[in-house]
Amino acid sequence: MKIVRNSRLAKALMLGLPAVLASAMLAAPAQAATEITFQTWNSQVSQDQWNAMTAAFMKANPDITVKVNYVPGGVEGDALVKSQLASGTMADVFSYNVGALMQAIDPVRNLVNLKGEPWVSSVNSGFIPSATGADGGFYAAPFGTAMGGGILYNKRIYAKLGLQIPLTWKEFMANNAKIKKAGITPVISSWKDSWTAQLFVLGDHFNVAAAMPGFEDKFTANKIVLAKNPSTLAGFQHLEEVRKAGYYNKDVASTTFAKALEYLALGKGAHYPMLSAGIDTIVANFPTKAADIGFMAQPGTNAKSNGATVWMPAGVYIAKTTKNLEAAKKFVAWTVSKESFVVQNKVVPPSGPYFIKGAPVSGNLTAVFTDLYNYMQGKGTSYPALEFLTPVKGPNLSQICVEIGSGQKNALQGAQSYQKDLQKQSQQLGLAGW
Amino acid sequence: MKKKRIKSPYASSLYWPGGVIYMVLFFIPTVLSLFFSLTRWTLQDWEFIGFENFTLYFSEENLRIGFRNTIIYAVLTSGLKVIFALYLASYLSSKLRSTGFIRSVLFFPTLVSTIGVGITFSVLMNPYEGVINAVLKSVAGFFGKTTDGPGWLIDPNLLPIVSIALVDVWKGVGIATLIYIAGMAAIPRDYYEASSIDGASTRQQFYQVTIPLVRPAMFSVIILSFVGGLRSFDLIWAMTGGGPGFISDVLASINYKQYTSGYYGLSTAGNVILFVLVSILVFPLSRYLNKKEVVM
Repeated sequence: MKIVRNSRLAKALMLGLPAVLASAMLAAPAQAATEITFQTWNSQVSQDQWNAMTAAFMKANPDITVKVNYVPGGVEGDALVKSQLASGTMADVFSYNVGALMQAIDPVRNLVNLKGEPWVSSVNSGFIPSATGADGGFYAAPFGTAMGGGILYNKRIYAKLGLQIPLTWKEFMANNAKIKKAGITPVISSWKDSWTAQLFVLGDHFNVAAAMPGFEDKFTANKIVLAKNPSTLAGFQHLEEVRKAGYYNKDVASTTFAKALEYLALGKGAHYPMLSAGIDTIVANFPTKAADIGFMAQPGTNAKSNGATVWMPAGVYIAKTTKNLEAAKKFVAWTVSKESFVVQNKVVPPSGPYFIKGAPVSGNLTAVFTDLYNYMQGKGTSYPALEFLTPVKGPNLSQICVEIGSGQKNALQGAQSYQKDLQKQSQQLGLAGW
Repeated sequence: MKKKRIKSPYASSLYWPGGVIYMVLFFIPTVLSLFFSLTRWTLQDWEFIGFENFTLYFSEENLRIGFRNTIIYAVLTSGLKVIFALYLASYLSSKLRSTGFIRSVLFFPTLVSTIGVGITFSVLMNPYEGVINAVLKSVAGFFGKTTDGPGWLIDPNLLPIVSIALVDVWKGVGIATLIYIAGMAAIPRDYYEASSIDGASTRQQFYQVTIPLVRPAMFSVIILSFVGGLRSFDLIWAMTGGGPGFISDVLASINYKQYTSGYYGLSTAGNVILFVLVSILVFPLSRYLNKKEVVM
């Protein structure tokens, strides 16, 4: 072998490297804190909440450090979470949707079963099915509040025009006609963020379930033709009717979620089909206007059966690949503890009930909270959204809704497209009957 | 009998690094993706299902839109870049002052992140609050007319994909111009001197001397921009996400959406189809162009 050209460098490497390693090994026991990683969505509200929560947790548990990683939501987030789980690079603990989206990340294979944890007995029973895997294991701690899927509306406009909360779709459209006459946009929608376009369809599930008892099982077994049932077609028709009547804001195709909430808060529009959690953004951006906003269930055909479709909160999961299972479990248990809710209430006042029994609710509660709370307390006035009752959920619904709303497709064609989308997803999941 | 082998002037050890890199990063993944396109794949395990993914892919309702948009986008961006860049390059090869500055300005968009460009232009092209329509409105107002301006990215017809293609041209014309300038610099001055002695005008020189001799550069521009256009994704995703609805979807964005839904086998099949499509269109084109080059 030839002489190493830079022998000084080589010597330094040979002598230095072991020394560095040795000192690192000696130093290790000194920093006793276990570090766990946590991953969640990067929205402003989410960042505010988790920054405060992890800080409080670490204060109470000085031996554990939580490193938070904020990632995008939407389709990018879905792709990221799936690839991380498949490649074994997921954070120790992470937050993600429950229901059909949880089934799509294969909980039995990828997640730690939390069934035996002491806090599970305090979880509200309504949450349990949507976080249960195919093996009967329980995989998620609920994070956040219930959300209503229906219509956020401006109470000031309702008071000024003397309108009543509509109990049927007909009454809703009649209200819209009066609102339009007053020179106000009746229905705000925001197709630039296409996920927001789905609410007329997804928020109609209370009415679908009321008209067709036992719907979910038939739906999961592919025994429902969406285009052939008046109640399953209704949500798609709503998108079309509102377009034909000219009730959408005229810049609907270029409006974003945030912009739509601004229109609603400032009274430029009266209705916004949205999840009740939209109020969080109004509280953050237009705190003085938050009291003007209320929540109503999406009306159906029958005034006697009127109720809200309810979304479950997100789940907090532990990935099976974690190397610090004990610390991760401690962190998850803390997120559903009383101390955690005190912190959460302080950052954002809850926009719906929590799913932990006895969780304290405090702060400046909004009218949206009260409206949703009343629907959920009432008898037969709330029902879970479809995606929490079945693993079948097509990924293209939002684009199909935009197509119907913008007149590229009619309601019937849209329902047929969505049926094909469901078929493709179920075949990929390997469900029976598709 | 002994066969004579033409000996390469380089030692075979020099070929190894390139060969290994090619095998690991290109050849093996290509073969693997051919395999996985025949499976139902969850990234963790797979099930062989033959050509089912391909039948499913071709039954995709919006595939026709995807194919149409992919071709429109590739032809439009490539065609416009070839023409614009030619004139820009001939201007910038001249001995005018400030060409250095204009060259930099022209090349600048190439250096900016595509996603950044996409977001910026989707703001500029906002039909109600964007600068572009505001300018159009005031120009129309100057002539005593009123217009709302086109809905660049939200029109339910062909306009969104055309708008994105125009942004792509703005962003990519700098590279094409650079290739042309290099090609023009390689043309010996003798031809220009000889033709001007023969009394050729500058216009004649441009069409009779510059264009024929810059052809190799032109062919590079055609091939590069056409292939780039066929598999374009990032700009489209940043500007419209394939929407509104599915109206500006291309093959690459359809594949991406399938990937995000967890249809890994199906998405891989889509990429194999895209690969085949690019090959079918580009190999004959490249052969044809090379032949023309030889004839010259």
